[in-house]
Amino acid sequence: MVRRSPILREPLNIIAIALIAAFAVCALLAPVLAPYDPLAQTLSARLEPPSAAHWLGTDSLGRDIASRLIYGARISLVIGVVVVALAGIFGTFVGLVAGYAGGLADEALMRLTEVFLAFPPLILAMAIAGALGPSLTNAIIAIAAVTWAVYARLARGQLLSLRRREYVEAARSIGVSPARILARHLLPNAIAPLLIQASFDMGAAIIAAAGLSFIGFGAQPPTPEWGVMISEGRNFISTQPWLSLFPGLAILFAVGSFNVLGDGLRDVLDPRLRRAN
Amino acid sequence: MRFLGFLLRRIVGIAAVMIGVSVITFAISHVIPADPAVAALGDHATDEQIAAFRAEYKLDRPLVEQYVTYANGILHGDLGRSIRTRRAVLDDLADSFPATLELSFTALLVSMLVGIPAGVWSAIYRGRMPDFVVRLLALAGGSIPIFWLGLIVIGLGYYQLGWFPGGGRIDTFVPPPPTRTGLYVVDSLIAGDLDALGSSLLHLVLPALTLGYFSTAVITRMTRSSMLEVLGQDYMRTARAKGLRERVIVLRHALRNALIPTVTIIGLTFGSLLSGAVLTETIFSWPGLGRYATASAVSLDFPAVLGVTLLAAIVYPLANLVVDVVYYWLDPRIQHG
Repeated sequence: MVRRSPILREPLNIIAIALIAAFAVCALLAPVLAPYDPLAQTLSARLEPPSAAHWLGTDSLGRDIASRLIYGARISLVIGVVVVALAGIFGTFVGLVAGYAGGLADEALMRLTEVFLAFPPLILAMAIAGALGPSLTNAIIAIAAVTWAVYARLARGQLLSLRRREYVEAARSIGVSPARILARHLLPNAIAPLLIQASFDMGAAIIAAAGLSFIGFGAQPPTPEWGVMISEGRNFISTQPWLSLFPGLAILFAVGSFNVLGDGLRDVLDPRLRRAN
Repeated sequence: MRFLGFLLRRIVGIAAVMIGVSVITFAISHVIPADPAVAALGDHATDEQIAAFRAEYKLDRPLVEQYVTYANGILHGDLGRSIRTRRAVLDDLADSFPATLELSFTALLVSMLVGIPAGVWSAIYRGRMPDFVVRLLALAGGSIPIFWLGLIVIGLGYYQLGWFPGGGRIDTFVPPPPTRTGLYVVDSLIAGDLDALGSSLLHLVLPALTLGYFSTAVITRMTRSSMLEVLGQDYMRTARAKGLRERVIVLRHALRNALIPTVTIIGLTFGSLLSGAVLTETIFSWPGLGRYATASAVSLDFPAVLGVTLLAAIVYPLANLVVDVVYYWLDPRIQHG
């Protein structure tokens, strides 16, 4: 009998992984899967309800909502990946340096993370995105800037608990360089909580970017970004609710899947952190 | 005495964080590519006008000097003058903060009233239908875009059912109560104004439900998992062996201990409520800090943006301090340990 990976034992995890895979396929194959050009306006077909020709209806400029959603998956997944990569790499680096250096450097870097953690993320992101100018790239930079501190703290915490382990002492005693100890011995063992956090942050980044776009600080129209689409449907919520309904559901399912995956990874990778459920 | 020392240490820590916060917000709003003078005066401003504007806001001085002036102002209760509203930022904040506070408190109250019982219920029925439903709703609460939820809630509660107003703090034909605290519900109670009370309560329903869903989800999850942990403890078995009724066991013995981590999470959620308030206020035309922040950031009104970020950033450590004090009082082991 084939042994199933522990994360696949929970039905909810399977659904989440399947959904993430579906979003990834949409993102990769958007030009093949989308029935229409996401930017093509057909003014004669404005505000049409879902039909055979337009599965999810059309928006106020006659653009096909399904096609825009599919292209939107591409944007949202890229946002998630880039934010997590930027914040994860920078934060982990800061945390490892702080933990390894110790002393004054550690103290200073940790106070810095405290400052970043004190900001309500969206307000800081808004200030940064507003200062840099509203665009998707700046929104990504802003979200990464409010996300990295968690990784710094996690990586440092892991490092401090690992550095006294015998295999690290052994490596040090035979003259392995600090950089090599960090890269070969400490990082691989510290990675589990970082991965869990990354899964949650994929979802958080997608929601934050959509929120910034919604209030005008992120992606700009006519970009088929999900937050932009919700914003464009805002004035039609009482008459043509599908304009905002579908992009919102897309965000809900995408973010929900990453949150479930995060929970699942936590249960599998880190038994110490396992919640009682 | 031990408590005073603990309090003092925490306050010093908060002060240190606030210095860092002010440096970072200052850096963000002053090392920006966009020119606030052009943003405020428009593209057609003459060079003299721009120079005069820069001199008025001291933008022509070296950065360090600007920061020292600013920090000195903060210590004297002066957050500068807003470029957009032309009023003192402190006055603007004093006007808009109570609206946000009223909304956030109501949302938090709803979250506790719903989240704690839901978590307990879910834990008692672990693995069965009620548990499944509660967990699914909590999962959705942690994954739903709040601005979208707000639109859906307005679509249902205002457009479809017509039960609740779709935005604002009070009906246009109802005069707001005389300002005492700035919280309309409290002020109308003080003034004994039932019209204002009813109207402001009705206006709170949809935005508070929207803003509160996320924190409800967090509180539910936390209560559920700590209840499960407590229910498995030896003293629970002892309580059962003593023949206590299940109600007493759950409410008196389990919940009381399970609430400690929940209190922590409630404090932590307060910071996220402020972030959520930005979007909720935009949707519900709620004249609070979030709307002020958005309008200020759009118009590159850096004194206002700085003021909002500072205020927002102090709320979170303060909420944590309150949590620690409650903790201290709730858990005797911390006092005597």
